[in-house]
Amino acid sequence: MSYAKRSPWLLHYDASSCNGCDIEVLACLTPVYDVERFGIINTGDPKQADILLITGAVNDQNKEVVKQLYEQMPEPKVVVAVGICACSGGIFRDCYNILGGVDTVIPVDVYVPGCAARPESIIDGVVKGLGVLEEKQRKMEAER
Amino acid sequence: MSDIEAIILALVYLILAPVAGCVLAGVDRKLSARMQGRRGPPIRQPYYDVRKFMEKEQITSNGVQDFYVACYLLFVIVTGCMFFAGMDLLLVLFTLTLGETFLILAAYCSGSPFSQVGAQRELYVAMAYEPILLLAAIAFYLQTGSFAIGDIASSDGMAVIPLIGVFVAFLYALTMKLRKSPFDLSMSHHAHQDLVRGMTTEFSGRTLAMLEVSHWYENIMLLALVALFFMDGTWVGFAVGLVVAVLAYLLEVYIDNGFARMKWQTALKSGWVVALVLGVGNVIVLLLM
Amino acid sequence: MNDILFMMAFPFIAACLLLVTRGDRARAVIAEVSAAIIIASSVWVAWNYLGEPQAFEFHSETVGLMMFAAEVILGLAVVGLGVRHRKYPAVALGIVQLCMSVYFEFVLKEGIETEHALYIDDLSILMVLIIGVIGSLICVYAVGYMRDFQEYHGGEPDRRPWFFFLLYTFLSAMFGIVLSNDLVWMFFFWEVTTLCSFALIGYTRTDEAVNNSFRQLTFNLVGGICFLAALMVMASEYGRLDMVSLLAGDSGERWLLLIVGLLAVAGMIKAAQMPVHTWLLGAMVAPTPTSALLHSSTMVKAGVFLLLKLSPLMLTDGDPNAIGYMVMSVGGITFLLASMAAISQTNAKRVLAYSTIANLGLIVVCAGIGTPEAVWAGIMLTLFHAVTKSLLFLCVGTAEHHIGSRDIEDMDGLFTRMPKLAIIMIVGIAAMFLAPFGMLISKWAALTSFVDSGYVLTIACLVFGSAVTSFYWTKWMGKLAAVVVRGEECEGTVRPQEWSVFAVLCVLVLLCVIGYPLISEHIAVPWIEGAFGVFHESLVPLLDVENMYLVLIMLVALILIPLPFFGRTKRRVVPNYLSGVGIDNNTYTGSMGATVDVTLRNWYMEDWFGERRIGRIGEAVTLVVIAVAIIAVAGGFA
Repeated sequence: MSYAKRSPWLLHYDASSCNGCDIEVLACLTPVYDVERFGIINTGDPKQADILLITGAVNDQNKEVVKQLYEQMPEPKVVVAVGICACSGGIFRDCYNILGGVDTVIPVDVYVPGCAARPESIIDGVVKGLGVLEEKQRKMEAER
Repeated sequence: MSDIEAIILALVYLILAPVAGCVLAGVDRKLSARMQGRRGPPIRQPYYDVRKFMEKEQITSNGVQDFYVACYLLFVIVTGCMFFAGMDLLLVLFTLTLGETFLILAAYCSGSPFSQVGAQRELYVAMAYEPILLLAAIAFYLQTGSFAIGDIASSDGMAVIPLIGVFVAFLYALTMKLRKSPFDLSMSHHAHQDLVRGMTTEFSGRTLAMLEVSHWYENIMLLALVALFFMDGTWVGFAVGLVVAVLAYLLEVYIDNGFARMKWQTALKSGWVVALVLGVGNVIVLLLM
Repeated sequence: MNDILFMMAFPFIAACLLLVTRGDRARAVIAEVSAAIIIASSVWVAWNYLGEPQAFEFHSETVGLMMFAAEVILGLAVVGLGVRHRKYPAVALGIVQLCMSVYFEFVLKEGIETEHALYIDDLSILMVLIIGVIGSLICVYAVGYMRDFQEYHGGEPDRRPWFFFLLYTFLSAMFGIVLSNDLVWMFFFWEVTTLCSFALIGYTRTDEAVNNSFRQLTFNLVGGICFLAALMVMASEYGRLDMVSLLAGDSGERWLLLIVGLLAVAGMIKAAQMPVHTWLLGAMVAPTPTSALLHSSTMVKAGVFLLLKLSPLMLTDGDPNAIGYMVMSVGGITFLLASMAAISQTNAKRVLAYSTIANLGLIVVCAGIGTPEAVWAGIMLTLFHAVTKSLLFLCVGTAEHHIGSRDIEDMDGLFTRMPKLAIIMIVGIAAMFLAPFGMLISKWAALTSFVDSGYVLTIACLVFGSAVTSFYWTKWMGKLAAVVVRGEECEGTVRPQEWSVFAVLCVLVLLCVIGYPLISEHIAVPWIEGAFGVFHESLVPLLDVENMYLVLIMLVALILIPLPFFGRTKRRVVPNYLSGVGIDNNTYTGSMGATVDVTLRNWYMEDWFGERRIGRIGEAVTLVVIAVAIIAVAGGFA
């Protein structure tokens, strides 16, 4: 098992979420859900993060930001779109300023639907992301 | 202490300190989680983290940063080895300052506003605790007649009794030195800081791994300094020192979880007041005795 | 003895030559050749006379009369200039001093003859090396620097011949101070340095320069009067006027203690201790070579030289006497407060000035403690400070000419604009306060002897002062080390003289690290043995330092091992994290798509460590300390 899977650090970015999903993401850190059990740390620094967790749909203003955060993360990295807005744009999909889900800007590995996504499903999504992370790590090592 | 003993002790430190430091860091996280009513990560979590940093793609923000961090690691290790080899306490502190300077330069050199502000805060905190460390060395000298750690550790009677003021002041400085809340101004292991990750914002991959390992080495050396207050050349002193060192660490974890961060002004003011009242006060008493 | 006389006289001859030379080329040749001769002659003298102290018989009525005449002429000049610029305190002090010296010359000095006017021992030799080598290097640097300076101030008349005349005369006078046994001679040279620096500070003749030069003059005239008063007491009470018999005296006697006290005050004024430290800060208006010369190898070092020389008399029966306590207190308070004030400064030269004042304070404390260990530390500090500080001043001078500012904030990212200079500067700064450089080792020895002296005030001052010291140096170093892409590289136009001086000084800094035990063994320890009458065994703690030194060499090696990797990386270079809106390392997209520069300022903590506040406290406290001590000694209470 690769170590990336045992110590996934999260970078949480609020693209244009209504804060519903953000609250649920933070709830995952509380004693009730305690994701630190899995070695997960909620960091603010893309250079130290393994998993980019995005809530809300991407708009014209922040698409460059999302791209840059993604670029500044070291490989292997996984993107988890949390909430229906991040997955597809949700009810904001047809707004004039919304581009759509996160996958219109960067490749997304795991989609976690819900409005707002429940902490259980967020944790589930991240754990699923860990599998992808490990796979990417293997690939990277093979290339090396 | 003979030369051979000194070399063996230094080697033991070299090999065992990262292990012990890693365990302590794990205990810290576990204990913090329990204090917050969580289960917390496994004890081995810090080890996993470091291994993960090693595996990641290596990125950096400029060509000199890794050099500075490597020097920091190097000098922390050298400091610890010198300490365990029983060398001059002042020299140990000076070498530690040298290492610290490299870390600050590493934070400054990226030019990132987050890490630079972190570095400046680190400097304030260093200014706050440095007098206490020097006063501790002076007090040891006045009590035992030597700056050599080997002599201090084997002197008669536990130094902590006449040095009680300095000891308390040292515990105060330890909070700053371990970058525990309320003085975790420059960087912190807690999530979501005002400065992103403070000094370490631009560190990643192996650079961050080096930093973590240096912390393990440094923490063990600082705790050994706590134990030094109890060493009297016998096994009893050694055992008491060991227990107190561990207790001191637990106390720091407790303080870390029990306090919100304070302003740097508080760090500087309180650090100096403690140094002046407890440190200088104790030195005056020792001079009068 | 002729070689010593030559060494003392030659810089003055060179000075006179430079006074009449107008062309750039000719000046450069004369300045460089004579600098080489000065260096060679000082090394020769050091080599020849190392070991046993020697006194030289030299007595001539004419020389004495000439000195007196020169003194009177200079005194009248001071009074004249003071009247012209309406600086009446200086006029008053000048008149007082003139009257005193006339009275002294014709009444008190009658019948007192000093056979051995010159004297050389290991401490003098060390000073000769500092003055000869570092002073001359600064003069060489000045050749290139002053050319730029003149271009910069194109509209003003070219006064460079006068400038170089003063620089070289200064060296002669300094040699005079450290080699005179006859205190009347010493006093003469002492006054010459005061006047030289007066003229150098006022070189640009702006209002600020004139004001600051008169401040320097006023304070140092007070010092001169103290010196003269000490001579008068000595002449009337002891009938002798030479250093050797002064040092042989018994510090338990009231009059001798008063002499030592007055001389100590003169020395502390010259060493820019509080309460008169502002004269050295004012000296910053002068061209950089002046500041470098005043701070590193001359002027202030004359003050600490006198104090170190007198240090055995600061002890009575093994305990510090009233004067010892006075000197310790003033030095300790100055060290702490000047270090604090340095934090609040953005002007690089002022930071250096405060650091000089602080370090001199440390040396002054060492002299005041008066134990062999402390004096040893003081001597070593003097040497390392001279080498390092001159390097730093010259670096700042060059940086100023190329980036157009001496402000530390403008040195942001000097690492990318002037890489070589930035590295030299970082090394220089590191040499001021980090292991394994000499300053720190000497400070370590000083700390040990402070603790041994058991005077808690100096211990506290040193402990807090050290913490403050690392703060202001490191934050400056960080500014230099930052890798920011802003501004072009502009190192190409630095003059070759400047590079060569940097190279030599860097080598000297490193040589001092490596040669530390040798300097200790062959210069400092023998002098202390002679001056204190102690033997090698009782200096064991000092030799311990040498053991420590081996460890430090290991540290040097450890720094050198990873050095080849400096500045290279195979990693992917990712721009700084600027919350996702970064354009490159130093700019980001702000609101409305505007491009915003990232700018950062160091903190200067004006509210805590503002110089006005700190200065007032220091001036008040030290003034009281000095007044109480001198009155107590003069009144016979101590």
